[in-house]
Amino acid sequence: MNQRNNDVWVFIEQRSGVPADVSFELLSKGRKLAETLQGKLVAVLLGSQVKDVAKKTFAFGAQEVMLVDHPSLEHFRTMPYSRILIELVEKHKPGIMLFGATITGRDLAPRVASATKSGLTADCTDLQISDVKYIKDDYKNLLLQIRPAFGGNIIATIISPDVATQMATVREGVMRMEPLPSPVKGKVTEINYTPNDFDEIVQIIEQHRQDRKINLKAAPIIVAGGYGLGTKENFKLIYDLAAVLGGEVAGSRAAVDAGFVTPERQVGQTGVTVRPKLYIAVGISGAIQHRAGMQESNKIIAINNDPEAPIFSVAHYGIVGDAAVIIPMFINTFKQKLR
Amino acid sequence: MSYNSIVLVKQVPDTANISGQVMKDDGTVNRAKLPAIFNFEDRVALEFALQIKDRFGGKVTAITMGPPRASDILRECLYMGADDAYLISDRKFAGADTLATSYVLSEAIKKIGNYDLIFGGRQAIDGDTAQVGPQTAEKLHIPQITYAQEIISLENGKVRIRRKIEGGYEILESPLPALITVIKDAADPRPFKARRVMAYKNAKTLMELEKLTESNSLLYIDQLVNEYTTKNLYIRTLTMDELQLDAARCGVHGSPTKVHKVESVVLSSSGHQAIPPTKEGMSKLIDELMHDHILG
Repeated sequence: MNQRNNDVWVFIEQRSGVPADVSFELLSKGRKLAETLQGKLVAVLLGSQVKDVAKKTFAFGAQEVMLVDHPSLEHFRTMPYSRILIELVEKHKPGIMLFGATITGRDLAPRVASATKSGLTADCTDLQISDVKYIKDDYKNLLLQIRPAFGGNIIATIISPDVATQMATVREGVMRMEPLPSPVKGKVTEINYTPNDFDEIVQIIEQHRQDRKINLKAAPIIVAGGYGLGTKENFKLIYDLAAVLGGEVAGSRAAVDAGFVTPERQVGQTGVTVRPKLYIAVGISGAIQHRAGMQESNKIIAINNDPEAPIFSVAHYGIVGDAAVIIPMFINTFKQKLR
Repeated sequence: MSYNSIVLVKQVPDTANISGQVMKDDGTVNRAKLPAIFNFEDRVALEFALQIKDRFGGKVTAITMGPPRASDILRECLYMGADDAYLISDRKFAGADTLATSYVLSEAIKKIGNYDLIFGGRQAIDGDTAQVGPQTAEKLHIPQITYAQEIISLENGKVRIRRKIEGGYEILESPLPALITVIKDAADPRPFKARRVMAYKNAKTLMELEKLTESNSLLYIDQLVNEYTTKNLYIRTLTMDELQLDAARCGVHGSPTKVHKVESVVLSSSGHQAIPPTKEGMSKLIDELMHDHILG
């Protein structure tokens, strides 16, 4: 398919007029993809009274915002959102369309891909543009959709060589959010929308949300504990160290399952992906699912009594020993230096 | 008022228990070495359907698309309480991505018909895509509710579902039919019933009956199918021809996504700096971090 359109579309997810971080992460990545393809970066925004959100996308390089603003689109609902996107994709046939791999994105993208017969790859952790030889055909400028598979044991590169639109959902936190020094002068294209009966078939009866009080993604220092700490009592060491360093507390899935720490602090494939300045992993063996959520950290210190623990393979500094001895030692030494 | 449910189930490799032997030298997965299990979230989906049957009456039909050996999980569905099971299997389905899979499943569902609710797990642990549910719903032109946690009510032809959303939950109301995908903590799947295990352990698919005829020339397949059907032991088997499918939309041909490359995740033996667990060690480490403006 040589006539594939070079435009890159990003679905902008917003709640009550607040755009999701992942949408800006995708615009930042999408900008680079569009530059490589010499195509246009387009933000697709649905909601009610969200013009301010539209303007924010210019700071991340959107050259055009396709805006569908209507009171009945205030909250995300699969039926109207998918119909609108299906019609837009069928009309414009963007070469690439990206969604965050959030609950919303993972609900919406497959429905759109099904109707438009687009290729869709879930939960990508990297995207690249490359020429590809597949079987005996040469393809120019395909989107390489890179994702973990088989429980994170392999990394697969997926391509959709013969479709008009290559779609992907991308995990939150893995692409860097990179605002431009000055926003581009983009245009807002408003698209008319009239709800039909099928759009309104599913109704929201109630909605409850608690804003996340902990923002691990924004923390410059994270101290994370694992199952290796053994007890909830020992896990207090993690809180002590985090308090002294001014960092946030996190945990591995095993630590969360054991009740040492609350689920919103979980780092890893089923938790949050973080890339702080400093990540200290204590008593975390470093299963692939955990490493996937932290290995991009600027500096990693691993503390573990098992010298063979896989966490050391991603660490910059490794300390083999008992956390109950090392952490107090670290805290005391640090306090002395601050004096 | 009773409600009929169709449950989408999948047999998956046990990706949580991958050992060295499973990964081939070229980085691909040796599926034959992986134990095949019933995808857990699909068992939760079956539990949802069985609870509706317990409460309101109606029929529960489990369906799977997969190779002949996927009949194992269909028997398990019967052990749990499903009334009926279908294996959707054909060599021409091999290599299907989610788009091709949802095409075949939606056509099979149209053929089975007579359903109010379709349930499935949110995602299968081999691909973790969560795409087949919504794609099947789209092809059937019915609404979908994903990430379901609880059935709040079912009355007057409408279902109310509590579903997970970012940072909370919402309750949605949808008319029937609707397709619902459930998350793993939504319900505890019931254990097998001993009486049902005894009753259905000999239930067989078309391929399994064909195997019997291969080893015994006195048996004829049509006769066997009739016999097993009468005894309520026939797991109905749908092939591409039976479903009158468009070959261009099945298997590899119907799959827009292709696997270009797979690599096993290799741990780079990174040259991390070993810090001795002593005061001097800590001191040196902290100095270095302070020097790099990471601490202090």
